[in-house]
Amino acid sequence: MQKLSEIAIGKEYIIQEIMDTELAQKLLEMGCTPGEKIVVERKAPFNDPIAIIVSGFMLSIRQDDAKQIIVKEAIS
Amino acid sequence: MTKERIKIALAGNPNSGKSTLFNALTGLRQKVGNYPGITVEKKTGICNLDEDIKAEIIDLPGTYSLYPKSIDERVAQQVICNKDNQAYPDITVVVADATNLRRSVFLITQIIDLKMNVVLALNMIDLSISKGVIIDVKKLSDQLKIPVIAINARKQEGIKNLKKAILKATSENTFEDFFSVKMLFKNPIEDTNKLRGANNDYASFLALCMQEMSGERKNREELHAISKKHRFNPSRAQAQETIKRYKKIDVVVDNCITVVKVKGNRSITKWLDDILIHPIFGYVFFLSVLFLIFQAMFSWSAYPMDLIDSWFTNLSIWVANTLPAGVLNDLIVKGILAGLGGIIIFVPQIAFLFAFIAFLEDTGYMARVGFITDKLLRGFGLNGRSIIPLLSGAACAVPAIMTARTISSWKERMITIMVTPLMSCSARLPVYTLIIAMIIPTEQSWGPFNLQGLVMMAFYLLGFLAALGTAFIMKFILKAKERSFYIMEMPSYKIPDWRGVIYTIVEKVKVFLFDAGKVIIAISIVLWALSSYAPGNKFKEIENKWADIENAEVHIAAEKLESSYAGIIGKSIEPAIKPLGFDWKIGIALITSFAAREVFVGTMSTIYSVGDNSTQSIRERLESVKNPDTGKAFFTTAVGISLMLFYAFAMQCMSTLAIVRRETNSWKWPVIQFLYMGVLAYISSFIAYQLLS
Repeated sequence: MQKLSEIAIGKEYIIQEIMDTELAQKLLEMGCTPGEKIVVERKAPFNDPIAIIVSGFMLSIRQDDAKQIIVKEAIS
Repeated sequence: MTKERIKIALAGNPNSGKSTLFNALTGLRQKVGNYPGITVEKKTGICNLDEDIKAEIIDLPGTYSLYPKSIDERVAQQVICNKDNQAYPDITVVVADATNLRRSVFLITQIIDLKMNVVLALNMIDLSISKGVIIDVKKLSDQLKIPVIAINARKQEGIKNLKKAILKATSENTFEDFFSVKMLFKNPIEDTNKLRGANNDYASFLALCMQEMSGERKNREELHAISKKHRFNPSRAQAQETIKRYKKIDVVVDNCITVVKVKGNRSITKWLDDILIHPIFGYVFFLSVLFLIFQAMFSWSAYPMDLIDSWFTNLSIWVANTLPAGVLNDLIVKGILAGLGGIIIFVPQIAFLFAFIAFLEDTGYMARVGFITDKLLRGFGLNGRSIIPLLSGAACAVPAIMTARTISSWKERMITIMVTPLMSCSARLPVYTLIIAMIIPTEQSWGPFNLQGLVMMAFYLLGFLAALGTAFIMKFILKAKERSFYIMEMPSYKIPDWRGVIYTIVEKVKVFLFDAGKVIIAISIVLWALSSYAPGNKFKEIENKWADIENAEVHIAAEKLESSYAGIIGKSIEPAIKPLGFDWKIGIALITSFAAREVFVGTMSTIYSVGDNSTQSIRERLESVKNPDTGKAFFTTAVGISLMLFYAFAMQCMSTLAIVRRETNSWKWPVIQFLYMGVLAYISSFIAYQLLS
């Protein structure tokens, strides 16, 4: 179990849980549901925000919010 | 046969090509208005479905779900969920991006479950195929039990089929639930159904989830009671429902798509992002883009602006000579035409700026600009999404402030709205140009740079820095109503759709002409009246005084202005503006500038027209003005800088105040804005004048 804010670029993970309810509402409706694959695609200058690829599209999200997303490594 | 008219709502995710389809369906028969009571833009258009049936199409703001978060999205939800809404559609056409099928289907199934007539327009199938995802359209239609039409909005393909499907949609609907929310929350939904007197499970569920929102105000207490009775937690229920709904969607989507391996997937976007989001090249590129935009705004638009200027001059002369002399002639030429000219002259600059912004947004680049600036702007209480309003503010604050609607955090949106008018808009340009030309010699340079150009640039930079500084202070004053997010889709890069860019330009120019235009015209007329009338017989006396002298028109005009109501106001404020280095004549110009800042130039040229040589340019005329106390030139560097600072900071724009009032739905914010900018202007002009003189 890791936070999305801590994982390395380019490696595949699986969404476990989104801790913050308000954030969860926003991300869930876009399809970032538990069980979906998630990859950190790149980071903005100063490492914040980060761009993630989930459910086939790229999304930018702030580090503070990424801390609220619990992921686990995907078994490939 | 009587012509029928049906109502169609166009819904869809952001970036799904919804606006492109709207343009393809309605052409230029579009109208931009506002929803009653709220600030969101309402775009409607007319489309002929066949010879007899016309449709009124409402373009709803892009949304990912019917759970609203920003005010923009709340509108989509209110139109679709509320049968009493006058915009409630007969048919909802949902535009889906085939490359994001899973996410698009979420919104579609929500609308299906509200028991609406839905037609799905599946856009960008070619892109999806190139990414290796092949969608079985027939199967998708069978599984969702709604008509699905493959379209290419950009190439205008499939539009005929879509129209046919719309015409048939009402007769074929079975109104079957896609996902039964009742399975999850049986009791609260049944109670809410009873309360609302309708047997629509999903509408009841949404009402329960959004009981705090304004749309459900009338039943709020009853909804509270139902939630309490059944221990229904809105946000948890919403999350639970979303996850379950997606589980079902996953099954459907998996059934309808075939994935094939494609080489070089996403490589262009990845390659471009390597450069455009690069910690160094990313900013270099962005600054070059800014440079290009300003270049266009200032150099390229000069030609059309000169053209418009000369048209209006000729028109004014023609009208003045054609109509019989008198009050009406005067009102039309000096009130209405002067006001109109003052508005229309800015159209080229606004068109250029929004052409660039629309172009960049359409390519997907603006999302990247937000990405690389969010962290920096956040330090100032702003948001990556603030960059578009701030940038647009360089043309005109009126449409710029409207683009702040996409910022979902109330605090960040407010700060953006409050500081955007500090950006140097195009109306300040003629003021700067005139003053700089007066106080700085053309030939003077600083290294390889022309000093005049440098000072101009410094004032633009000053506006931007003042905006940042004010934002920084407001960050500590304003209390956040909610947590701030920066969740933004970064779409794949696309070649922009020229038609879409043109539609955006037309729309923004219209907003400027009609929203700002109304106010400017109204104030121009008021100012004309103030400067054309004087108490008592003053004007007659002046006319008699100069009656015997030849070529005295300029003197008469100047003396009339001095004794007019505007002159009286100017003189009465003189004590207040004297410490800034201004006399009562500038006082009049400051007042008339409330219509629009550039009115300054015209007013100054009238007021200072005392002089024998009326063929002098306004600049020469002003340069020859002497200070009655010192006997030297009145427009010293100190006065010039002080005046420019005043114009840089003061809120001298009624149209902006009117738009801020509309956007914030209260007088509180425009009043605060007016006051803080006024204080800022006064203090900086005061300091500058006292130090420099």
